[in-house]
Amino acid sequence: MLKPIKLFGLFARISILNEVQYRANFFLQVLQSSLSLGTGLIVLSVVYSYTDNLGGWSQAELLAVYGVFVLMSGLIGSLVLPNMWAFMEDVREGRLDFTLTKPEDAQVLISVRVVAIWRLVDVVLGLIVLGVAITRMGLEASWWLAFAFAATLIMGMVLLYCVLLLASILSFWFVRVWELMEMMQSIFQAGRWPVGIYPDWLRLGLTYLIPVAFAVTVPAEALTGRLTPELLAGTLLFTIVALVVTRLIWKWGLRNYSGASA
Amino acid sequence: MPRVQGFAQRVKTNLQVYAVGGRIAILERLQYPLASLMFMVNVLIEPIIYLVVWSSATVAQGGAVGGYTAGQFAGYYIIWTFVRQFNLAVGPDNFNWRIKNGTLAGELLRPVHPIDIDLAWNLGFKVMQVVYWIPIGVILWLMFKPEVNPQAWQLLAFPIVLLLAAYVRFFVMWLVGLMCFWTERIDSLIELYFAAELLFSGRLVPLEIMPAWAQNVAGYLPFQWTFYFPIELLLGRVTINEFGIGVFAQVAWILAAYVGIRLIWVRAVRRFTAVGA
Repeated sequence: MLKPIKLFGLFARISILNEVQYRANFFLQVLQSSLSLGTGLIVLSVVYSYTDNLGGWSQAELLAVYGVFVLMSGLIGSLVLPNMWAFMEDVREGRLDFTLTKPEDAQVLISVRVVAIWRLVDVVLGLIVLGVAITRMGLEASWWLAFAFAATLIMGMVLLYCVLLLASILSFWFVRVWELMEMMQSIFQAGRWPVGIYPDWLRLGLTYLIPVAFAVTVPAEALTGRLTPELLAGTLLFTIVALVVTRLIWKWGLRNYSGASA
Repeated sequence: MPRVQGFAQRVKTNLQVYAVGGRIAILERLQYPLASLMFMVNVLIEPIIYLVVWSSATVAQGGAVGGYTAGQFAGYYIIWTFVRQFNLAVGPDNFNWRIKNGTLAGELLRPVHPIDIDLAWNLGFKVMQVVYWIPIGVILWLMFKPEVNPQAWQLLAFPIVLLLAAYVRFFVMWLVGLMCFWTERIDSLIELYFAAELLFSGRLVPLEIMPAWAQNVAGYLPFQWTFYFPIELLLGRVTINEFGIGVFAQVAWILAAYVGIRLIWVRAVRRFTAVGA
């Protein structure tokens, strides 16, 4: 059970060593992240200059949703997405063969290989926004709140990992799936707002098809005291099912992989 | 040395380039229908998010926000999706890619200016996008029940304004793309460009709803002529005077960007060192 964590630590160290060679990239990332954060905040302030309530969420609460969104984008962007791109590239180029011959589980190997450390800037910015939102909401800290938030955040991340991996696995059958990945990333943008405001058909899609709801809205609900124990249990169940299904489809997909290095 | 051509001959050659390039782009789009569909979803998710947000805001405010009813917001963003198909342009990052992988080296050898290649390809691409848009537009129309009341002259003027909007965006972006000849690290600049477009074009929200400072800034930038102006025209919210000023501004921006491209292109090509065999 500890093996994947150790592997992750090892690969993370290599990634960090690799990336700190290019320190200018850090400043560029700070610039870009601040820019998109600034735009996002302007958008929020424009909306709230006309109304003080959006689908039952106050301005401070929506700021919390946005903070979670930025935080989650950073986590996925640094830990999950780069691995998925690398994996798809490997399938296309036939390099996956090398991974398969290694004495570790291939799914673990392809999932922990790369850490884009500069994207962690978004994690920091997201935490700052969250901090401001929490102060404005006048929230009293409690262990239950902290636990519920951390738990839903991790589960949300796992769910996004599952969906992104499922999309990447499609490259076993169709070599070119990056359009699909791009589409999923743009749909993720819908998470800037609580999914409750969307019409039913879109909300269902954002909950079960591309789990933006679980990744952003549910952690924000946890933070604003909207999370019920039932919803928490449901999220846990859904996460476990998603992990098992992803694992099964991964194995099935692997059987379909014919290699390309011959 | 390329043969010196007369003006008529050049126009004829260019028209042929557009016809062929356009046909190639159409065939490409038809070849990957699924990719086209996903691209469409990419383009559509953005306005649908804004539409839902502003509809929720109008509901919370009891009917209207900043002079727009829910139906007018719906109309605004549905027309947005249509205008968007037209003003799709070649992104500035495209130059980065062309320079890095050496495609540009090959293109420079052809007796056709790269901008003509892009114009041609972009034309065919748009034709297909509009075709793909039609069923989606119908669905959106039925789903969100927009209020769109253009007068006859506004309806007639719309195609002209739409076309001009498309070329304002195309030429300005091409001009920005030329920066790639000076630096590889253009990502931040591109991000800044798109952030500015988002805020000052009416892409995010009708400009009238933006704070006063943003409306002032927008006056000095080309962006509003590519989204806000054509959308408002078809919504029936533009007077004949505003129409005249708008068309003048569109033409002026196209000319300015064109002159800019002419001036910078010569220097850019001189800086270019070919990559690739």
